Parts: sequence; C-alpha cells; structure tokens
Amino acid sequence: MSSDGTVGRGSEASPGPPDTATCVGVVELVTEYLEDALEPDVRARFEAHLDDCEECEVYLEQMRATIVAAGRVDVEHVAPATLDRLVAAYRSAVRARRNPGANGV
Amino acid sequence: MRAAERDGWGPDPSFGAWRRTARAGGRVASRYAATVAAARDDLFQPTPEDVALVAALRDGDEQAFARVVDELNGPLLRLAGLYVQGRAAAEEVVQDTWLGVIRGLDRFEARSSFRTWVFRIAANRARTQGGRERRDIPLSALLDPADDPGGPALDPERFLAPGDEWAGGWAVPPHRWAPDAEAQLVAGETRALIQDALDELSPAQRIVMTLRDIDGWSSEEVCAALELTPGNQRVLLHRARSRVRAVLERHLVAADRA
Ligand SMILES: [Zn+2]
Repeated sequence: MSSDGTVGRGSEASPGPPDTATCVGVVELVTEYLEDALEPDVRARFEAHLDDCEECEVYLEQMRATIVAAGRVDVEHVAPATLDRLVAAYRSAVRARRNPGANGV
Repeated sequence: MRAAERDGWGPDPSFGAWRRTARAGGRVASRYAATVAAARDDLFQPTPEDVALVAALRDGDEQAFARVVDELNGPLLRLAGLYVQGRAAAEEVVQDTWLGVIRGLDRFEARSSFRTWVFRIAANRARTQGGRERRDIPLSALLDPADDPGGPALDPERFLAPGDEWAGGWAVPPHRWAPDAEAQLVAGETRALIQDALDELSPAQRIVMTLRDIDGWSSEEVCAALELTPGNQRVLLHRARSRVRAVLERHLVAADRA
C-alpha cells in the first residue's frame, strides 16, 4: 500500500540488519536516525526513503511527537518530609566540617 | 529481537568505538535533536555547571542541595528499583545515597559528571541492599538488551509478508493522528497514558527512556551513569519509544473514531 514503485520493495524481506530499502527496516532505524547514529550513506538512503514514502514520514513524525509528549510527563518530586530530613543532615555535616571541634555529624 | 542482535546493529560490544557526540546540555536541547553539534573529547569530565554545583555544595548552599536532591529523585528511585523490591526500599536507597554524597563531597573528583558520581554511589548502596543474588551484578549486565524483551517495533502484521511483491512495505500504515492530536498529547489524560505505558516497559527500557525523554539527559550522560554502551542505550531507547508510540497510536485513533 505504501509503494509508489520506488519504495516498499523489499530485498525479499531477507533477514538481517534493518535496511532502508523497506518500510519495516526504516521503522527499526528511526531511533538510530533521531540519535544521529547512522553512517552517512545509510542516513542519506534513510532520508531518500522518507522523501518517497509518506507513511514512513508519518511514522517518524509520530515518534518525534511521542518524544515531545513524554517530555511533558511530570517528574517525580521528592517528598517534602524527606527533603527536610536530608537538608538537615546536609546542614549539620556542613557545620561539622566548618567546626571540626564542635559537635556535629 | 532477532534482527537487533545481528552484526553491527543492536547490542554493541565495542564501547571504545562509539562516536562521541556533543553533550547536549539543557533539557530541551538534549530532547530530540536529530543532529548533534561538533564532537567533544571531554564527555566524562564535569561540565562547568558540575564544578559550580560541587563548589556550592561544599560551601553549604542548602538551596543548591535541595534542588539537586529533587532533580535526581526520580532517576535515583528508578536506579534503585533495578536492584531492590518495592517503593520503600528504593526510597531508603535514595536517602542513603544522599547521606553518602554529603559525606563524600570532598572526595568528588573531576573525573565524571556529578550525576554519574551520584549514580555510582546509589548503585553501590542499592547493590548492597538488594540482597545476595543481585549484589555482584554490574549495571551493564542488569541492563543488557540481550536479556531484555525485544521484538520488532511494530507488529509484523503491519508489513507485507515475505513473498509479497512489496514485502517489507506497509500493509497497515501508521494511523494518522487527528489534527488536534497535538493538543491531546499534552492533555492530562494522555500524560497519564504515557506514564502507564512507561510503567509497562521492562525496567531497562523504562529507565533509559525516562532519563532521556522525561528527565532530559543526553545520551552521553545516560551511557555514563548507567554504564551502557551507546549502541545498547539506543536499542533500549528504541524498544521503549516504539512501544510508547504504539500506545499513543491506539489511544489517539480510538479517540478520533469515538
Ligand atoms: Zn516507507
């Protein structure tokens, strides 16, 4: 369905590392692409595939949107009581360091 | 999984051979840049921010301390969760870690980033508390993609089968997300959905994707802190992001049709 004659033609879906000739290969290379980890020639073929294949372009955009959406998930803040306890421990350690003779931790 | 284990692709045993890319720095910059700026050789050195932070901490800056405790809370809880069972035990490891950091501030050496240093301390504490069977397992073994549930990014049914004239092409192309998907993606409901999707991931996938995409760490920081090769980090990140995308696809398409 994706094919317009230039893409989607697999190497008979031969097993092996993902390759840029097929959509299934492109999908598996998306992260390497976004991480800029593809060799220059592979990267060029990857981008050529995207130029010809709307579905893979959509897929790439959805991966990007997923990453952005994940970035909006709330981070897990420390509980106030825990933070207070740790800051207190930190404070007394700093004090003890400044006054090695005095009581401290 | 099969394909991911073959030559050159997937678990990457050659730590020294990886391409060093620039530390992306800020939260936004590191998030989804497809290209990274010029290479630097000092990736494992503290940044100027690290040096300033450690100086402030040695100087008794309580605000700086509170900030970094809060910032590293989630990452450290997840790291602890790799070794110990249950929330309470993980929280104990994290608190223990900070006490160790407080005691060790003078021993911080400019050989790693501050985060990596704290992660080392935490991994040691977690290992000790994690019980005998986990004690000797290095992080790199715990996070080995070969022991992690792999599988293709998408159901193979989504592609035309071998033998088809267009084998490897889309059989069921990605469902287009509605025009208002952008708005939906930031809605609280979708954020909860992503959180659930992250919870469903394997621990190795979850910690990598969370550090990268939620906490905004660069790939170099994640590799250093988790003792992962860049190749293995990418394999875990790929599995994680692919699964989360699939969850979003189901959600957004269903919402569209509702
Ligand atoms: Zn395609």
